[in-house]
Amino acid sequence: MNIETDRIAIFTGHFGSGKTEIAINYGIASAKRGNKTIIVDLDIVNPFFRTSEKKDILENQGIKVISPVFAGTGIDIPSLPAEIHSVFQNKEYKVIFDVGGDDTGATALGRFYPYFRQEAYRMYYVINVYRPLSSNKQDIKQMLTSIESHSRLQVTDLINNSNISHETTICDILKGQAVIEELSKELNIPIAYIAGKAEILEKLSDKLRDKALPLDIYMRPPWEQ
Amino acid sequence: MAKVLMKGNEAIAEAAIQAGCRYFFGYPITPQNEIPAYMAKMLPKVGGCFLQAESEISAINMVYGAAGAGARVMTSSSSPGISLKQEGISYIVGAELPCLIVNIVRGGPGLGGIQPAQSDYFQAVKGGGHGDYHMVVLAPSSIQEMVDLVTDGFDIADKYRNPVMILGDGMLGQMMEPVEFREKKTILPEKPWATTGNKEGKPRNIINSLFIDPQGLEDHVLKLYKKYDEMKENEVRVECYNCEDAEIIIAAYGTMARIAKNVIQMAEEQGIKIGLIRPITLWPFPVDTFKKWADSHHVKAFLSLEMSMGQMVEDIRLSVDGAKPVHFYGRTGGMVPTPKAILEEIKKIREGI
Repeated sequence: MNIETDRIAIFTGHFGSGKTEIAINYGIASAKRGNKTIIVDLDIVNPFFRTSEKKDILENQGIKVISPVFAGTGIDIPSLPAEIHSVFQNKEYKVIFDVGGDDTGATALGRFYPYFRQEAYRMYYVINVYRPLSSNKQDIKQMLTSIESHSRLQVTDLINNSNISHETTICDILKGQAVIEELSKELNIPIAYIAGKAEILEKLSDKLRDKALPLDIYMRPPWEQ
Repeated sequence: MAKVLMKGNEAIAEAAIQAGCRYFFGYPITPQNEIPAYMAKMLPKVGGCFLQAESEISAINMVYGAAGAGARVMTSSSSPGISLKQEGISYIVGAELPCLIVNIVRGGPGLGGIQPAQSDYFQAVKGGGHGDYHMVVLAPSSIQEMVDLVTDGFDIADKYRNPVMILGDGMLGQMMEPVEFREKKTILPEKPWATTGNKEGKPRNIINSLFIDPQGLEDHVLKLYKKYDEMKENEVRVECYNCEDAEIIIAAYGTMARIAKNVIQMAEEQGIKIGLIRPITLWPFPVDTFKKWADSHHVKAFLSLEMSMGQMVEDIRLSVDGAKPVHFYGRTGGMVPTPKAILEEIKKIREGI
C-alpha cells in the first residue's frame, strides 16, 4: 500500500462512491502499521452516514478525528474547524482527507491549496460504476475534471470501488475494472486499488491481486448494526 | 435492466423521470436534497423543467398550475417544508388535480432536526391542510419499493385526479441499496379536463376550488368522498410477515418495519413468536387486515413501533376496536429505536398477558 510512502492521502469522488468507507479502512490500516494517523472529515455535503459517526471506533484504534464543527449535531451548517491547519504543520502524522461528494464537496478542499502547493499529496478518485452519473467514461471524466478544478488539485490515482452493496460479485467488480482501465489509459492516471470485501477480492486474477484493498464495512443502517 | 446502487432520494428522482415526470418545483431542505439535485441535473437532459422556487409555498403553487395544465408533476420536501405546502395541497385536492408529493420526514416540531423521524404521520393521513380531504399516502421500506411506489403513485394520482404522497424518512432517503428499474412503457392518460387552451372550439376548462354556494360545495365534497371510498376499496396495500401463530403482532412502516424484521428474528431465537403487519398505504389504512388478525385466537396483543410519540397507534386502535390490547413503543426527535430495546418492550408486554 501507498501508506508507507505518502504523508497525505485525499479521497474524492462522486457522492456515494464509497470514499468514507475507504478512508476509514485506509486510516485503520495506517494506524495498525504503527503510524500516527489523523482522519479529517471534510464532508460538508452529507447529513448522515459520515466518518464522524465512527469517531469512537477510530479513536479506539488510536486515530485522531477532525470533523466539521457541527458534524453529527444535527445542525446543518458546513463550518470547518481551524484545527485542520495543524495537520500541515505537524508532519509526524499521516493525514487522510475524506472529502464530501461531487465538485461541491471538493470546494471545501480548495481553501487548503496554499499548503498542498508546498507538500506532495496523493489524491485518489473513487469510482463505483454502478452509481448514477458514474456508469461511463464520459460521465466519470466530467465529474473528475470538475472536482480537480474545484479543489485546485490533481487526481494522482484511481480506485475501482464498483459494487452493488451486499449483492456484489467478482463479475461486477471486473465489469467496473474494464471501464476504469480504459479511463486510466485515456487520462494517464494509474489505478491504485480495487476495493471490495476480502472474500470477493480473493477471486481476482494474479495480475490484479496486488491491487486488492479489502474493506471492512462500517457504514450500515441501524437494522444491520 | 441491470442493478445500480442508489440513495433513496436519487432513486425517487430517477423513478419519477422514468415514470414520465418532466416538471419538478421545489425548495431545498435536508435530508431530501438529493432529489432536487438529481432533478436539476437530469430533467433538462430529457426536455423537462426543474425550477427552484423562492419558497415551498411558491413551489406547491407551481405544482398546482402545472397539474392543472395536465403535466405529470411532482415536488419534494422534508417536514417543515411540507408544512408550508399544506395550503397548496388542500387547493390541489379541491381542484381535483393529480401530482406526487414526497415527504422525507425529519424530527419536529418546528425547525426540529435533520435526523430521520415518522412524526408527520398525522399530517399526512389526517390532512395537514384544511377541509374534508384525503390523499393516498404510500410508505416504502426499501429503496426498491421507493422506485416501485413512485411509479404507481403517479398512476394512482391520475386515476383519481387527487395528489398522492410518498412518506419516507431521512434514513430511507440517505441510505444506499441495490435497485432495478423495470422496463415499463409509460402511458400517460388523456387529460381532457386540463387547461391547455381552447383552440378549434374546444370548450373552456376551468381549474377551481372555490364554491360560493354552500349546496354546490357540499355536492363537490360528496363527489370527492365517493373517490375516497373507491380508494379505500381499491388501493389498500399491506404486507403481513410471520403473522401465522404469532403471539404478538408488531405494526410498523418504513424504516421501523426493517428494524421490526430484525426484532422478529431475535425473538424467534428466544422462542417468542412475533408477527409484523406493515401498512404500505398509510391512507387508506389496512383496517381489515388488523381486524382479521385481532380476531385470531393466537394473537394476544399488538405493538405499534414508530419514530414518533405514537401516531399510527391511533389508527390501529380504531381498526382493532378493543378486540385486543394495542401497545406503543417509539423514540422521537431523530432517535431510532434499537432492536434490543424493542425486544425488552415485547417481553414486558408478555409478562402482562
